[in-house]
Amino acid sequence: MKLDTAKILQKRKKQILELWMKNQLVDFSLREDLMSNEELTVQSEELVDVLLQALSDVNLDDIHSIALTPVHEALEGISISRAKQGYSPRETGTFVFSLKDALLSILQQEIKNDPVQLLEESLKISKLIDSLGIVTFETFIKGREEVILRQTDEIAEISTPVIRVWDGVVAMPIIGTLDSARTQVVMESLLQEIVDTSSNIAILDISGVPAVDSLVAQHLIKTVSATRLMGAECIISGIRPEIAQTIVHLGIDLSGIITKATLASALRHAYSLLQLEVRKSAVK
Amino acid sequence: MIVLSSDNIRIAKELDMVLFRNRLKEYAVKIGMGLVNQTKLITAASELSRNMLRYAGEGTALIEIVNGQRQNGVRVTFSDKGPGISNIEQAMKDGFSTGKSLGLGLPGAKRLVSEFDIKSTVGKGTTITITKWKNG
Repeated sequence: MKLDTAKILQKRKKQILELWMKNQLVDFSLREDLMSNEELTVQSEELVDVLLQALSDVNLDDIHSIALTPVHEALEGISISRAKQGYSPRETGTFVFSLKDALLSILQQEIKNDPVQLLEESLKISKLIDSLGIVTFETFIKGREEVILRQTDEIAEISTPVIRVWDGVVAMPIIGTLDSARTQVVMESLLQEIVDTSSNIAILDISGVPAVDSLVAQHLIKTVSATRLMGAECIISGIRPEIAQTIVHLGIDLSGIITKATLASALRHAYSLLQLEVRKSAVK
Repeated sequence: MIVLSSDNIRIAKELDMVLFRNRLKEYAVKIGMGLVNQTKLITAASELSRNMLRYAGEGTALIEIVNGQRQNGVRVTFSDKGPGISNIEQAMKDGFSTGKSLGLGLPGAKRLVSEFDIKSTVGKGTTITITKWKNG
C-alpha cells in the first residue's frame, strides 16, 4: 500500500505546528526582542498552512513546480519582513530549517513500519525544505542588492556638486571614478549651472579621480567641448604629477585644453581671464 | 620568473573594474612600487580591462607578484573569450579604434608598462599579459 505523504501531513497539521513552535521556542537563537511569541506563531501557522496546501496538489518530487509559487511568495514576504526587523539571514534560515525537524518527526511516527518508504519520503521533504531555505537567502540578498543599487544612485547624485566660486565662475570637484554614466551627470549639471548662473568660466577639478585613462580623458574632452559650445571656457585642474606623466605616455592630447595643477591656480587663471586682480588690502 | 602570490578577478561589469583597480593597487603598494609607476600600471590595466569588458563582454584578470630582473614586479594577465583581434598590428597603432574611442588603449597601455605581450585568435579570444617592474 502506497501512503500519501501529503495527506498524512495535512492530517497532522496541528501537531506539526505545535512541534515546530516547540522547536523554535527552545532554540537559543529565538529573538524575543524582535518578535513576540504570538507573532511568531501567526507567521509559522501561515507558512505551514500554505505549505501543506501546496503539498496536496503538487508532486513532492518536483521542487520547481508552479504549485509551490504561493509557498515561495509567503516565504519571500516573511524573509523580507524579517530582514527589515533586523533578523540575520542565519536566523531566518534556522526558522525555515527547523520546520524540517517537525515534519520529519511526524513522518517518522506515521510511517513506522516501512523504513524504505520513510527514508524515501524523508529525503523528499528534506529536499523541499532545503530549496525553501535557499529562497529565503536569495530574497535576503536581493533586498540587500536593492539597497546597494539605491546607494550607488545616491552617490552619483550627491558626489557632483557645482560650486559657485566667484561671480561668473563655477567649479565642479569630481571625486571617484569617472565612467560614462557619471560623465553624463557631471556634464548635465555643469552645463545647467552655467546657464543658471550665466557663468563664462567653468573649472573641472579632477584631484579626486584615482586614474585617468583614455576613456576618462575622452569624457573630459567632450565635457570641455560642450562647455565651449555654451560660450564658456573650461579649465581642468587637479592634474597630479603622476597623472600628467601617465597621460603623456598614453599619448592623449590635452594641449587644446587649459589645465592646471591645483584649483587655486585655476582660479587665478579665471581671475586673469575676467581681468580681476586679487591684492592684499592696504594696512590701515 | 618566480610567481610569489596571485589573485584571479572576474570582470563582467563596470563595478568589477573598481574592485580590480583597488586590488591591483594593493599589490603594487605591497612590493613598494612608487606612485608614478603605480599610476601607470593601474591606468594600463584600466585600459585593458575596459577593452575586455567592451569587446568581449567579460573576462578574467590574473594579478601576480613576480620576481625577475633582480627586482619584484606586478604581472597582470587579461584573458577573454571574445571575438579576438583580426589585425593586431593595426590595433597597436595610435588612433585606430573600431569602437569610436580615442584608439589609445592598446598602444598607450604598451607604453605605460615594462613588458607587453598580446595573443589573439579570431573567434577564440584574446590574452594580454603586462608586467611592470618596481623600478621600470
